[in-house]
Order: sequence, then C-alpha cells, then structure tokens
Amino acid sequence: MASDAEQGQLQPAPESFLPKDLVEDISRDGINAGRRSLLQGAFAAATASMVAPALMADDDPDIVNLPSWTRSLGKPVVANPYGQPSPFEANIVRRQSPGLTRTDQSSVSFTPLQNLFGMITPSGLHFERHHQGWVDIDPRRHRLMINGLVETPLVFTMEELLRMPSVSRIHFLECGANTGLEWGNVAVPTVQYSHGMLSASEFTGVPVSLLLERAGFDRKRATVLLAEGADGSSMTRTINLENALDDALVAYGQNGEMLRPENGYPLRLVVPGVQGVSWVKWLRRLEVGDAPWATKDEVAHYVDLMPDGTHRQYTSIQEAKSVITAPSGGQKLLKQGYYDITGLAWSGRGNVEKVEVSVDGGRNWRAARLEGPILPKALTRFHCDWVWQGEEAMLQSRVTDSTGYIQPSRAELVQVRGTRSIYHNNAMQTWRVGADGEVHNVQLG
Amino acid sequence: MSSWAKALVLWLCAMVMTPWTLALPEGLDDLGRPATEGEVAAWDIDVRPDFVGLPPGSGDVWAGEEIWLAQCASCHGDFGDSNEIFAPLVLGNITEDDIATGRVASLTDPGVTRTTLMKVPTLSTLWDYIYRAMPWNAPKSLSPDEVYGLVAYLLNLGYVVDDDFVLSDTNMAETQARMPNRNGMSLDHGLWSVSGVPDVSGSACTTDCNVSVNVASSLPAYAMNAHGNLAEQVRDWGPYPGLWTEPAAEPEQVAAASAAVEAAVAPEAALTAGGCSGCHQMAGQLVGPGFAAIRAKYAGQEHAAYVRDKIVNGGAGVWGSMPMPPMPAVDDEALQQIVAWLTSGEE
Ligand code: HEC
Ligand code: HEC
Repeated sequence: MASDAEQGQLQPAPESFLPKDLVEDISRDGINAGRRSLLQGAFAAATASMVAPALMADDDPDIVNLPSWTRSLGKPVVANPYGQPSPFEANIVRRQSPGLTRTDQSSVSFTPLQNLFGMITPSGLHFERHHQGWVDIDPRRHRLMINGLVETPLVFTMEELLRMPSVSRIHFLECGANTGLEWGNVAVPTVQYSHGMLSASEFTGVPVSLLLERAGFDRKRATVLLAEGADGSSMTRTINLENALDDALVAYGQNGEMLRPENGYPLRLVVPGVQGVSWVKWLRRLEVGDAPWATKDEVAHYVDLMPDGTHRQYTSIQEAKSVITAPSGGQKLLKQGYYDITGLAWSGRGNVEKVEVSVDGGRNWRAARLEGPILPKALTRFHCDWVWQGEEAMLQSRVTDSTGYIQPSRAELVQVRGTRSIYHNNAMQTWRVGADGEVHNVQLG
Repeated sequence: MSSWAKALVLWLCAMVMTPWTLALPEGLDDLGRPATEGEVAAWDIDVRPDFVGLPPGSGDVWAGEEIWLAQCASCHGDFGDSNEIFAPLVLGNITEDDIATGRVASLTDPGVTRTTLMKVPTLSTLWDYIYRAMPWNAPKSLSPDEVYGLVAYLLNLGYVVDDDFVLSDTNMAETQARMPNRNGMSLDHGLWSVSGVPDVSGSACTTDCNVSVNVASSLPAYAMNAHGNLAEQVRDWGPYPGLWTEPAAEPEQVAAASAAVEAAVAPEAALTAGGCSGCHQMAGQLVGPGFAAIRAKYAGQEHAAYVRDKIVNGGAGVWGSMPMPPMPAVDDEALQQIVAWLTSGEE
C-alpha cells in the first residue's frame, strides 16, 4: 500500500518539529553570519546542479528555463506591513477625467471597473468625490451628535459606537452623476470614466434605527434626517426617514478594516440604494426633522434638469442599471474565439432579477449567468459566453430588478428626460467591437 | 405657506411610514450622553427654507462687496462670474420677468451657462452654505453679519435687489419672494422613495427587436487621447490590452506597467508668472485652448520657432476667432522653458 505522502496527502507536522533550542536561538539572534554562510553554501550547491536544458522547438522558454523567482529566495514577511498590489498591476488605479473639474479638492476620481472582478471594490480603488478636499480625523476626537426632534439630544464617542450592536452588509455606492458626462453624446473612452463613480463594499456599523430609538425620536412628526459631515464643507444632505429606518447604517468598517480616510474615516453614513452624495462622510451629526433642508447640494447640484426648465429636486434613488465591464471601451480583442463577456448590475430598489446581453446592438438578447450571492442594493456580477469570429459587434447589457423595472435604452431615457439632466443616467451602454478587435464607446440612434 | 411648501408637506406625508418599533438591548441606554446646549449650538448651524435656524443679524450690499473683494473674488471673480475655480455664481443674465414669475426662462436654453443664482430656489440655501463652507480655504470663519452682507451682494449682482439693500433676519422671507427660480423645482418624480414610481421603462423585447443600430455618437479620433494613453490605463497582460492612443508611435512591446513613463513636468511657475494661466488651463478650453491640446498639436522640436513667435507676438484664427494678445513681457528663460515643454510631446 502506498504511503500517505505518495497519495499526495500531507501529514501534520509533529509537535516540536524544530528543536526548541534552535527556535529560541533564531528568534533571539536572527539568521547570523555563521548560519548565513551555511545557507549560501546550500543554495550555491543547488543552483550549480541546475544546468539549463536544451530548448526544443515546441518548448515554452518560460517553462523550460526556470525563471529567477523559481530559483531564488523570496522576500520576508512584513516587507510590506500593509500589503500592496503587484507592481505589474500599476495601471489599475483611480484616475481623474482631465478637464472635468477645475480643482483637485472639489473633484472626482474614477474606479477602474474594466479590470476588477466579483462584487466588491478594493478599498484603495473605491472612487472618490470630495467637495472641499479630504481630511484625516483623529477618531479619539470624533463625535456623533443626534439632535432635532428627539427626547434628548445625544453625543456618542467612537468608542461607544464600536461597543454598540453592529451589522455588516454589502451594498453598492454610486454617485448620482455617474455616467453624467454621457447624457448628450459620447464623451469618454473607457468604462472607468463612463461608469467608474461606482463601488461596492461590505460596510460595518450601527443601524441608524437603533440610534434614533436610543435618542427617542418623535415618531409622529419626523419625516426626514439631516446628515452632516465634520470636514470643511460640512456636507449636508436630507435623508428620507423611510430609508433611515429601513437599512441605513452609521458605518465605520469597510471591507473588514476601518473606512479609508478618502471614504470618510472614522464614520460615514450608508444609505443603501441612494446616491453617493447622501452617504455623508466624516459624519458628525444626524438631525431629526419634519421638513427637508434644501441644502446647497439639493438645489444647485444633484438636481435633474428637465427639458421644460424645471429641476427635479430630492432625486435620490439609483434606479436599476448594468454595464459590461469587459470587454469594454478602449480595450482590444487580440484573437478570435471564446470570450467571457462580464459586467455588473445593480438596483437601488432591490435585487437584480435578470440580466440580458446583446451582441447586435439590442436586436436580440440572451440571458446572462448571474453570480451569487445576489443581495439587495448590491452589485451583481454577470457573465455571458461569446465566441467572436472577427465580425463587428455591438455589446449591450440590460437589467431587470425585483420590482419588474427594466433598464431603459438611451433613446427611451432621453425621450423623457432630455439630455441636460447630468444626474441619474441609467441608460444601457453600448460597446462597439470593430473587425480589428478594437472596442469603442458608442451611442446608437 | 407658499403653494410649493404645501405641496412639499403633502408629498412628504404621502410617503407611508410602516409602523415601527425596536426594542433596545438592555444596557444600551448607557452608551451616549446628553448633548449640552452649547454643544448643540456649536454644531447645529443649519438654516431651513422656512428660516428655522437663522441667526439674527444684518448686512448691506456695500459691506458685502468689501468682504467679497477681500475673501471671495480671488476664486469667484470680482462679480462672481469667474469660471476658473468653480462654475460662475452669477452672470447678470436674470431678467425682470424671471424675478416676477419665479422661473428662470433661460434654463431651457442649452447655450446659456447655468449659474448658481439661476438654479437656487431658496435664499436660505445661500445663507446656510456660505456660513458653513466659504471661503473654501477657510470655512466657518465668517460672522452672521458678514454672511448677510455677502448674500446681499450676490443678489445685487444678479439684479435681485438694489444697491442700497440691507439684508437681515427680518426681511429674508420677503426677499425670498424675489428669488428668480423660486418656482423652478419639481417634486414630480419617483426618485425620493424606494417605492416611487419610475418615469421611464425599458422594453422587454428579446428577439428581432425594432431598434436602431446606427452609431449616432462616438469619440472622434482626435479626442481618443484626451484621457491619456489608454494602453497605460488597463491591465497590460490580460485578454484585453488597452488601445494605444498616444500621438507617438506604439513601441514594439508596450512598456510594462511597472516601468510607466514619468510625466513631463509643466513649468507651473513660468506659466503663472507669465500670465498664461488666466486664459489657458491644462485640459479643456478656457479663453484660449487647453495646454494639453496645444501640446498634442505642436509635439516636436520643429514647432518651437512657430510657438515662440505666437507667444511673443500673439495672433488669432488657429483655434477660433478669439485673439491671443502679444506676451512680450515673458522673460527669456521662462519662454524657453515654456516652449520646450509645449513642444516636448512627452506625457
Ligand atoms: C479658494 C477658492 C474659493 C474662495 C476664496 C471662495 N470660494 Fe466659494 N467656492 C469655491 C469652490 C471650489 C466651490 C465649489 C465647492 C463644491 O464643489 O462643493 C465654491 C462654492 C461656492 C458657492 C456655491 C456655488 C454652487 O453653485 O455650488 C457659493 C455661494 C460660494 N462659493 C460663495 C463664496 C463666498 C461668499 C466666498 C467668500 C466669503 C467664497 N465663496 C470664497 C471656491 C472658493
Ligand atoms: C488674454 C488671454 C490669453 C493669454 C493671457 C495667453 N493666451 Fe495663449 N492663446 C489665447 C487664445 C485666445 C489663443 C488661440 C489663438 C488662435 O486661435 O490663434 C491662444 C493660443 C495659444 C497658443 C497656440 C498658438 C497657435 O497658433 O496654435 C500657444 C502656444 C499659447 N497660446 C501660449 C500662451 C502662453 C505661453 C501664454 C503666457 C505667456 C499665453 N498663451 C497667454 C489666449 C491667451
């Protein structure tokens, strides 16, 4: 009978596998010169015995000629105490759209959706939108105040908030102006710039409902909350109490660690399904009220201009939307054959029910495969098999959400809202694949 | 109560609240402490459209102008019309008719720049925002009286109030009645509540759908690199490498991401000292074309003499009818730096 090792099963290492005194020795002195020369001797002997074998015609040199990393000692632990992506991923970073904003503190950086997988955005690639720069807040000096229509206005320290019952939930966060550059015509080349004010994270925090209950809010009169930030802009937004009581959080955690400063460290509001501007960062105060506040970003911005010259005010919910992230604008298919068309779908009103994909500009549609878990107000990853035979193609995706709402085409959306609304563009996106394999952002009409 | 405010209250009440209670876990009452009056006063500075929260005080147009010129004009322009740091706040294009109707008619005109004053329906908003966030680089440094003066000055620039106007907590409401776009907001949409009714719906058609597949819009070739070289913005070893959108020829092998090319540094100091920045920004048109566009056009040493001549002697007609004035005062060293950078072609 073959031994366990031959069958590929690992034996647990016996206790005290290394002599106790050697462990103590190394822990105390590290690998000293004596041991180093011993080790070097061993490596020199090992490499000397590896003569590069002759390369045959079909051989892949990257297999046959063992690369340096296979023949050397790797780097030590905590070389990066906070891990960094491979240097080969240096292209995959947040980027600004040149000329979009006149300053870098009231500005936006976009998430590189074209190269991300799954349903979570790495925290360091979460898009940024600041109105007056971002700040580093000392959590020991941060407070959350709850006032307005409450029995007792309260103050919480971060320490107290972290002691309270918490929940962790995965939600998408989309700026109301995402895809806003594309209302009139094609303006940007890649999905990073067209849809990259979109991210999703697992957020950890205290339900707003719990805090309001603790403060004894006036159930009869309250209809809205004001959320306010602690930064220079002291961003204020009116929140629908319906959302606040349903699933809003006062969050400190993001993807298992504390929030990043650019995303509101140490505390931000999370209002699932609602546009990003309402997820007030560096949150310092919640005020319970009975009438909305008409703050600057509720009258001069984040208002949707209609063709008749009126602005729709307090537009908050992000309606169902989807986009193919790969292949997408600015990329190139190098070969014919199989491709996995993949993308993201989401809805501010609930779950993604169905995603369909068209490769002929919307004439014919196929159901895409949805990846689980499918969570409410979260991103859902979809896939669709495609064999490209060098023909011109027009790739589109279309989502249906759990309310039965179907994502509109650009023509359907523009017919009602015109082209100057800036906000809430959830139209279907088209990527044109040329016979040369180049993928370009286009609008059909 | 104005009809709009009534509509708003009805609209809010129509949002049916599910009866809701939550039992607090035992001991939770110990977390958090009552806020003192002083603490609430220090943070609760918001002012609502019905002027709840407005502190007493006053300020006139003249006082406002003085503070404006000292603390605001550097970014927003003497008349609030600058487009350099932020979009114009006022442009003097509000009409008597707009003020009478409370609807800014030119909002339907795509050719008209939408200023802050053309959009804002509520006077409280201007007061609240300036008090909490301006000046941008020194927020919360203004007194209530200063804010009254600044708001008066902005309204005066928009012809909403006269030169001798004094704004105070007692006449905010009557001044509100002259806000040019006070009736310009609509709550007629389904985007406030999760259960709101959508205004647009897509089609469910799945086969032989009757849709146009003509390309109505795409990026023109010259704009393909307005966002830089796309080849350096996507994963460069996967199934979908990025398109090479640099004017310079694509090298045999796209440089590995780890060896990304260092950006050529703009001679900021020379551009500022030379007075160029007033009319040119890096990307996008200001008075003159963006430097990014100029650099793309004149990449190459062979253009140096032309570019130098144009800077020193000015001229018009290449980018539009707006002339570039002669800039003879730029010193030689700065000029050399600027010309080298403009023609270097390096990103
Ligand atoms: C250092 C530059 C700077 C200075 C100085 C400055 N502002 Fe601003 N202001 C800005 C920027 C940038 C914004 C946009 C902020 C944002 O994106 O939220 C702004 C926004 C505003 C707005 C809102 C406009 C809108 O449509 O959103 C008003 C009103 C305003 N400023 C008034 C003032 C007043 C009054 C002062 C002087 C007390 C002042 N500003 C000083 C840069 C400045
Ligand atoms: C008062 C506004 C103004 C100032 C100040 C100004 N420019 Fe210009 N610039 C323009 C305009 C307008 C054009 C477009 C002229 C045309 O279409 O021929 C232009 C065009 C140019 C061009 C392109 C010329 C061409 O023929 O294509 C260069 C280069 C240039 N400017 C450099 C500078 C530099 C360097 C400075 C500072 C030393 C400067 N400009 C200052 C307005 C200005």
